[in-house]
Amino acid sequence: MPNANETLNEILNLAATHFKVPRDKLSPDDDFFKTLGIDSLQTLELLTRLEHHFQVELPDYELQGVSDFRTLASKIQTRL
Amino acid sequence: MLDLQQYTCLGAALRDALDRFGPETCLIEADRDREKTRLTYSDFKEIALPLARALEDADFDPGDRAAIIMTNQSKWLISAYAILYCGGVLVPLDYKLTAAEQLQLLAHSKAKLLIVEYYLWRAITLSPDFQSIKTKTVLVTEAPLGTDLCGAFRWEDFKRKGAPDFVMRKKDDVACIVYSSGTGGRPKGCVLTHENYLEQCRALTAWYPFWPGVRYLSILPTNHAIDFMVGFIGPFVCGACVVHLRTLRPEFVRDAFVRYRITYVSLVPMIVKNLERGLRAKFDELPSWKRFFLDPLIGLNKLLTRRRPRVKLSRSLLPGVHRGFGGELLAIITGGAFIEPQTVQFFYDLGIPVINGYGLTEAGTALTLNDLNPFRADTVGRPLPGVELRILNADAEGVGEVAARSKTVMSHYLDDPELTLETIVDGWLLTGDLGRFDGQGHLQLFGRKKNMIVTQGGKNIYPEDIETAFDGLPVKEYCVFAANYIWPKKELTQETLVIVLRLEQNQTVDSKLLEEISARNRRLPDFKRVSAYLVWDKDFLRTASMKIKRQVLAEAIGRAAKQSDIVQL
Repeated sequence: MPNANETLNEILNLAATHFKVPRDKLSPDDDFFKTLGIDSLQTLELLTRLEHHFQVELPDYELQGVSDFRTLASKIQTRL
Repeated sequence: MLDLQQYTCLGAALRDALDRFGPETCLIEADRDREKTRLTYSDFKEIALPLARALEDADFDPGDRAAIIMTNQSKWLISAYAILYCGGVLVPLDYKLTAAEQLQLLAHSKAKLLIVEYYLWRAITLSPDFQSIKTKTVLVTEAPLGTDLCGAFRWEDFKRKGAPDFVMRKKDDVACIVYSSGTGGRPKGCVLTHENYLEQCRALTAWYPFWPGVRYLSILPTNHAIDFMVGFIGPFVCGACVVHLRTLRPEFVRDAFVRYRITYVSLVPMIVKNLERGLRAKFDELPSWKRFFLDPLIGLNKLLTRRRPRVKLSRSLLPGVHRGFGGELLAIITGGAFIEPQTVQFFYDLGIPVINGYGLTEAGTALTLNDLNPFRADTVGRPLPGVELRILNADAEGVGEVAARSKTVMSHYLDDPELTLETIVDGWLLTGDLGRFDGQGHLQLFGRKKNMIVTQGGKNIYPEDIETAFDGLPVKEYCVFAANYIWPKKELTQETLVIVLRLEQNQTVDSKLLEEISARNRRLPDFKRVSAYLVWDKDFLRTASMKIKRQVLAEAIGRAAKQSDIVQL
């Protein structure tokens, strides 16, 4: 099982690939709505990618109020 | 469908529907691409009645309140029916609220029973305010075996043998308490009677009937007034089937249309827009020879459906598009927020009517709806049967506040007679929305008189509800407003929240203060965040009880400052 930092790093890599932005433009405390210029439905699409990658399932509502990669990583880490 | 005029309460109508439509499928529950549950009306009854009996044995009495906090799923509707069967009052709470907010509304509603999903319950038990919970009985669905439920019972085990006693309610008895806002300040619990719902259901099904074989895709939260009516009461009293999808993820929503050959769906404008974007992208990817045929076919469909929808014709002209929606979709119902007319027109031109409507929780579900006779993309439709609307204090263009009178209008706000008196005047509900009627009797909306915004996702955001997030901000005082409330404009797009700052003497807005505002903003869900600030150089006027006189302040700011004076965060 990856540790919290590894999970966070993998999420940043996946987000960079999924939304086609350079990895070095993303940092853990970024507001991903602003940095990636995405809406809440696009965030849900990213969540599906993350579920496949980490082999976990998160209900949509777990993303409620989450807007930075670090918090997102912690939500996934608790389900690993 | 059942003749709802014969009924005095929802419980009796649902009870008869379960008997009458026994072998028909009433519920399908899907999670992502997996089907989890499929129930007939008889199955539904078999699961619900032992729960109702167990509730009666647990001293859940007629008139007692029961809150439900769940995502869209079969247990939501089964629980609701069991509660109504016992003569209880439903308190549907938004599962997307924070645990602290849910606890606040649980306390305000004085719910004796709570039925909640496991992960949501876990969040509530971890909340610092958990010890204050007064709810006597808590039932938790889908809890892993052996988990400590902090005194709650497993929903799946909470059943008793033996027939429960059906409790008949009168028309003016309370059926539901639905919160339209108030998580941060003054809770607005709309008290809705059985008559409110029965009348709303009659009006809606008069224009858009359901029947056995119809499949309604339920993805709006069931706690929301629209889904409660169109995704539960309406289909059930007509013998139709509700398909629950426990995710809003676009890829699974698209898949569900096809897999379950959906007939109707209700969507918030944001998702309709997302579907439009997806379709346009697909059209753009088509080879030029296909576009060569597609565009004229869309044009032909547009011409032939100018006066009324002709679904079969549209399906034969544009089979690929309709197959993508399952091939049996009759219409998409939308409302709850502004939708761009060009989006509505885009779908109509493809032969998929988007039925736009207007309503508010205080009025049950909908006050107006487009009747497609003929189709209009630029209005929210005509008043439903039994609904009277008038425009108060209309200006030269006929625009004024929309007021409504109907048997669907709520009884009152729970424990708030003062607010009720301000909102329902001489039997007319003051909506706070600005509109006018055109020559064809269609209502057009132009903005808001009230201090609130509505997001594209259909969420009503009241500034008072988010101000607590800024508690302790190092300024003399502050107040949050909807920009449109200060600077009224006759449109419903790009609504934003502004924080007005009254600084201490010699204080300036520096990077530290801005960071403080941003940090507090980040604690709020993205759709609740303030997007700009304005410095105000006078003390806020307050009432005797020290509440800010918001309207006076907004008017003063509106006179002294321009909207361009606000600074984006």
